[in-house]
Amino acid sequence: MKFKNKIKININGKKLTFNKNDSLFKLIKKLKIPINKVAIELNKKIIDKKKVNKIKLKSNDKIEIVHFIGGG
Amino acid sequence: MKNKDFLKIANKKFHSRLIVGTGKYKSMSECAKAIKISGAEIVTVAVRRVNIVDKNKPILMDYIDPKKITYLPNTAGCFTSDEALRTLRLAREIGGWKLVKLEVLGDKKNLFPDMIETLKSTEILTKEGFSVMVYCNDDPLMAKRLENVGASAIMPLAAPIGSGLGIQNKLNIKIIRMQTKLPLIIDAGIGSASDASMAMEIGCDGVLINTAIAKAKNPYLMADAMKLAVNSGRKSYLSGRIKKNIFGSASSPKKGLI
Repeated sequence: MKFKNKIKININGKKLTFNKNDSLFKLIKKLKIPINKVAIELNKKIIDKKKVNKIKLKSNDKIEIVHFIGGG
Repeated sequence: MKNKDFLKIANKKFHSRLIVGTGKYKSMSECAKAIKISGAEIVTVAVRRVNIVDKNKPILMDYIDPKKITYLPNTAGCFTSDEALRTLRLAREIGGWKLVKLEVLGDKKNLFPDMIETLKSTEILTKEGFSVMVYCNDDPLMAKRLENVGASAIMPLAAPIGSGLGIQNKLNIKIIRMQTKLPLIIDAGIGSASDASMAMEIGCDGVLINTAIAKAKNPYLMADAMKLAVNSGRKSYLSGRIKKNIFGSASSPKKGLI
């Protein structure tokens, strides 16, 4: 089974294949996201950024990563 | 001589009474330069998804240092209390932002605020420890209600967002001024320097401007114009203007007239 260890997650509205049991921290690192400049929501719950390495991702997890952009 | 005239919001003091939005600029460097020229110490920012595809997209924080300029996260684009609360809770998580601009819209065409949702959100956010600067209608009764539930600043519109029409209901703004000691900031609808001056002359504590600067043919010149307009309007207000009189009053003495 080729995809046994893979899960599908939804991040910022996009589907992504990711390793099963990998942490949220690993995902953020993979995507090269500057963690001190963002906020993260996992399944509509805000995540304490200090704990991202302890959070394991599951199949169909919905992640939102937001930051500040120009606005009025 | 040190300037003792401060804008005080949620126990924080600011020298500049001009708050500037960071949207609609051609580039982030243009935005950063215009803000510098405007002398603004507070800038509004929006909360949006990080672009996970294009990682090289410029980041606002790399152009405007939040350690030097106070970021005021907004809830632009939110049409319900739940959306606004979610947005500001996330904004706080980015780096501890408690001073926020609440804006819950009710109409996509004129972008007028939904005051029922706005009032509800102000109360919840205040209880959660946020200092809420509230975008609202120029309605003195609603302004009072916002004050009663703990708003940190009342921010009535001059005219629809981005319209550049200037203050449409001067009377209501004056009434709000008379009834509140909270910071009163005109948010939305300013078009030119005279609009900003007028807001300050009728006693507003500050003005929030985005489109009028960002979309001017020369944003830098307009940023400077708005800075001067806010300062001159404030000084004019503080100086105690003369009474209006329908008859003339000669400036030169009659004595010694040949």
